[in-house]
Amino acid sequence: MSLWKDFTTGIIKENPVIVLMIGLCPTLAVSSSANDAFGMGIAATFVLIASNIIVSMVRNHTPDAIRIPIFIVIISTFVTIVDYVIHAFDMELYASLGVFIPLIVVNCIILGRAEAYAYKNNVISSTLDGIGMGLGFILIITLLGAIREIIGNGTVTIFNYQLLSLGSRYQPALVFIMPPGAFLTIAFLMAAQNKWLKK
Amino acid sequence: MSNELTWYMILMSSILINNIVLIRFLALCSFFGVSNEIETSIGMGMAVIFVMTLASASTWILWYALLLPLHLEYLRTAVFILVIAGLVQFVEMYMKKALKSLYNAMGIYLPLITTNCAVLAIALLNIDYNLGFVNSIIYTVGVAVGYTLAIILFAAIKERIALSTAIPMPFRGHPIGFITAALMSMAFLGFSHLFGL
Repeated sequence: MSLWKDFTTGIIKENPVIVLMIGLCPTLAVSSSANDAFGMGIAATFVLIASNIIVSMVRNHTPDAIRIPIFIVIISTFVTIVDYVIHAFDMELYASLGVFIPLIVVNCIILGRAEAYAYKNNVISSTLDGIGMGLGFILIITLLGAIREIIGNGTVTIFNYQLLSLGSRYQPALVFIMPPGAFLTIAFLMAAQNKWLKK
Repeated sequence: MSNELTWYMILMSSILINNIVLIRFLALCSFFGVSNEIETSIGMGMAVIFVMTLASASTWILWYALLLPLHLEYLRTAVFILVIAGLVQFVEMYMKKALKSLYNAMGIYLPLITTNCAVLAIALLNIDYNLGFVNSIIYTVGVAVGYTLAIILFAAIKERIALSTAIPMPFRGHPIGFITAALMSMAFLGFSHLFGL
């Protein structure tokens, strides 16, 4: 039961983005289309799960005073791997995510989970926590990307599959795929969360 | 962005047209976190200008003098973030010892800056844009001034909003902050294509 809780807590109840308010920069910056948002979500989730596993494995051998630099080295290793993998397999995604791929290293979600959870718990719980938090992040960033794309461009496309289209008669509100749209959409998502999900 | 750009074009572009917070979405945590009063946001802005310039200068030198000649490009992310974290610690210790008054003014903001993604982002962008040393310093100062401008404006608006009772319940707190940021971002979009950039 407690393992199930480790897994689900990150998805809605302690959703990193709209409840804990961390990891905002990449969420807002790369959510101008569902595809970029989804790609960013997957990349950050991979780093999160991998670093949670390694941090919880080495936690008994880590001196308390220098734990943060150690976390950073572990995280940046995985970020470099992700950087090179995306560069090799999806040049288009690499170009549109740009500087935000190396910036996964300063994503507060990852360092925050390493410090607050993986450093204090065993490997299995930390893995599940990583998966749950990662899913929560993917959920919000993809939702944000999809909302912005449907209003701002009239389509939702993931990996070249067009999931939804409003047709050619729809006049897209361009402002939603421009920077102000990101702030507006997240504001309404947070307000919705405040109204319906807060206990 | 190439080297032919004059220094004031780089400055204008980094302060207004590509404002780091409102157009490029960096440093949002501190933008929303420490903007409750104008005074603290001024302190934060000054600390960011100071640390960002130091960090950009040292990472630029490190990249062109050490990593590039030794073909260690893949270590970029790891080395830059460690150098920035170490630098902030060092600056904090030095300030505490030697520059007491400056430390009192901005000391508490320094640890926050390590996690400020804008510092790392600018260090990386200086390399990605192939800026020379002087241009990258100008660019960094411009970005940091743009951050300071945005956070002070935002804090000024937030101080007014805090007094308002007309905001619907679910929007109180962060949501209305984001809507404010959206309107500010729209205003800054008006600067695009200034000077034909």
